[in-house]
Amino acid sequence: MQKRVVFRSRLLPYLLVAPQIAVTVVFFFWPSYQALESSFFLEDAFGFSRQWVGLLNYTELFDDPGYLRSFRTTLIFGLSVAFLAMSLALALAVAANRVVRAATSYRTLLIWPYAVAPALAGVIWYFLMNPSLGIVAYWLQNAGVDWNHYVNGDQALLLVIVAAAWKQISYNFLFFLAGLQSIPRSLIEAAAIDRATPFQRFWTITFPLLTPTTFFLLVVNLVYAFFDTFALIHATTEGGPVDATSILVFRVYSTGFVGQDYGSSAAQSVILMALVIAMTIVQFRYVERKVVY
Amino acid sequence: MVENRPLLTFLTHFALIMGVVFLCFPVWMALVASTHGPDALARSPIPMWFGDQGWQNYSQLLAAGLPEAGGVPLGRMMWNSLIMALGITFGKIAVSILAAYAVVYFRFPFRMGFFWMIFITLMLPVEVRILPTFDVVTKLGLLNTYTVLIIPLIASATATLLFRQFFLTIPDELVEAARIDRAGPMRFFWDILMPLSRTNIAALFIILFIYGWNQYLWPFLVTSDESLYTVVMGIQRMVNSGEALPVWHLIMGTAILAMVPPVLVVIAMQKLFVKGLVESEK
Repeated sequence: MQKRVVFRSRLLPYLLVAPQIAVTVVFFFWPSYQALESSFFLEDAFGFSRQWVGLLNYTELFDDPGYLRSFRTTLIFGLSVAFLAMSLALALAVAANRVVRAATSYRTLLIWPYAVAPALAGVIWYFLMNPSLGIVAYWLQNAGVDWNHYVNGDQALLLVIVAAAWKQISYNFLFFLAGLQSIPRSLIEAAAIDRATPFQRFWTITFPLLTPTTFFLLVVNLVYAFFDTFALIHATTEGGPVDATSILVFRVYSTGFVGQDYGSSAAQSVILMALVIAMTIVQFRYVERKVVY
Repeated sequence: MVENRPLLTFLTHFALIMGVVFLCFPVWMALVASTHGPDALARSPIPMWFGDQGWQNYSQLLAAGLPEAGGVPLGRMMWNSLIMALGITFGKIAVSILAAYAVVYFRFPFRMGFFWMIFITLMLPVEVRILPTFDVVTKLGLLNTYTVLIIPLIASATATLLFRQFFLTIPDELVEAARIDRAGPMRFFWDILMPLSRTNIAALFIILFIYGWNQYLWPFLVTSDESLYTVVMGIQRMVNSGEALPVWHLIMGTAILAMVPPVLVVIAMQKLFVKGLVESEK
């Protein structure tokens, strides 16, 4: 899409885009290029010498059971967070769309966690589930669950899943609510006249019509779980115990900054960039074109 | 409501109340814990109602910080967070609106090239290129400055796309009228485009302020100087402060203080917030 009428100026447009382009080149393209470049080299810890090794950094990664485990952890983590945050949000949005009384109060009370930083969400749940004094851990122990996320990797993963999903519910809620409100009233009323129960109406009319929103949210939630939750994990479990909660972004950090293995960290960065690019393309290609009926 | 079903109405309210409880409970516990002394939090189950140490805890946090974690006063950290958040917000809005203006209202060589360069930044989040970006700012000698907390984060593909989308809906007649009145491009920008964009800027402001305030990884990497710590990142050093056991009443106080500004912004400007969120993501 283009404007018919434009201004004529030789220099001005370049000046206008210059700040954004400068930041982009210096802090986005240059580092990304460096990541790509150093993923093909083997570097010593002090950066004095380096050696071209071709694809060695990549092949080593895929031979490393730890890295493959991280892939699995990331997938479990991402899918669980997306499923949990989306299903709860959908239920709440359907309910909020139905109420007449106190609708705005409910909405206010449901959307504020959007503003809570993932790191803070993590720290608070870490406190609630602390095996020795957390209140939720206390309830779980009373119910007979042997809760200790410091030693049990699965429980640690569950802890970060719950914290990450908790923070994301508000976001999904707002989008589902907007989606629900755009569904024509007449469809629901027609179905009601045909004596479809609310349950039937939801599954045969509302839910299919929400497909574009659901798809969009699925991609956004996966991106959130894969990348934005770094803070949540870093501030709480730090990838542990052992590496039960070290998702892929966390591993890029721990390999590079803690393990000082630059080549491998760069190779991991490149793999992650490929993943983000793929997800962004999916989001823009398929979601923008909409899953229409 | 399509028809009257009392049972369903009851269930609806029940579901909503359960949702509210689930979302509010963790923060309630954090708030309660921040008003107790260390003794009350030493044995399980911990109290679920407020204690009387609140004033003491918060004034210690704000004025003196936590000795086990470097003793940076939280007032200082929150000030740093505010500077970073506002810097990022204004920076992003300024560079994006200018770039979008150039791309929409001018024809020049490489116009779409620039546009795609900006667009691609969507695909390069900091988290995936941590080390090389850190290398770059080290080479530029920017570590431990406010500049490094702000500048690298001010490129924004979403804001540029949003402004571009909005500019495209502005009728061409306005430009024609401006040109007939012999207004130059910058005049048109200041006197016509900026006032028209006011709501969009305000909505974007809320989203970006939250984004800026909640930054974690970037401040963590580029500031080792304690006087530049931001609050969301600083809490990590309290939780993992080595030998000393975490002092939960103070950590929860910090968490509360760190979430108050963005949460207040969301609640106070709810309508704009919802508009900004839904539009900037589409």
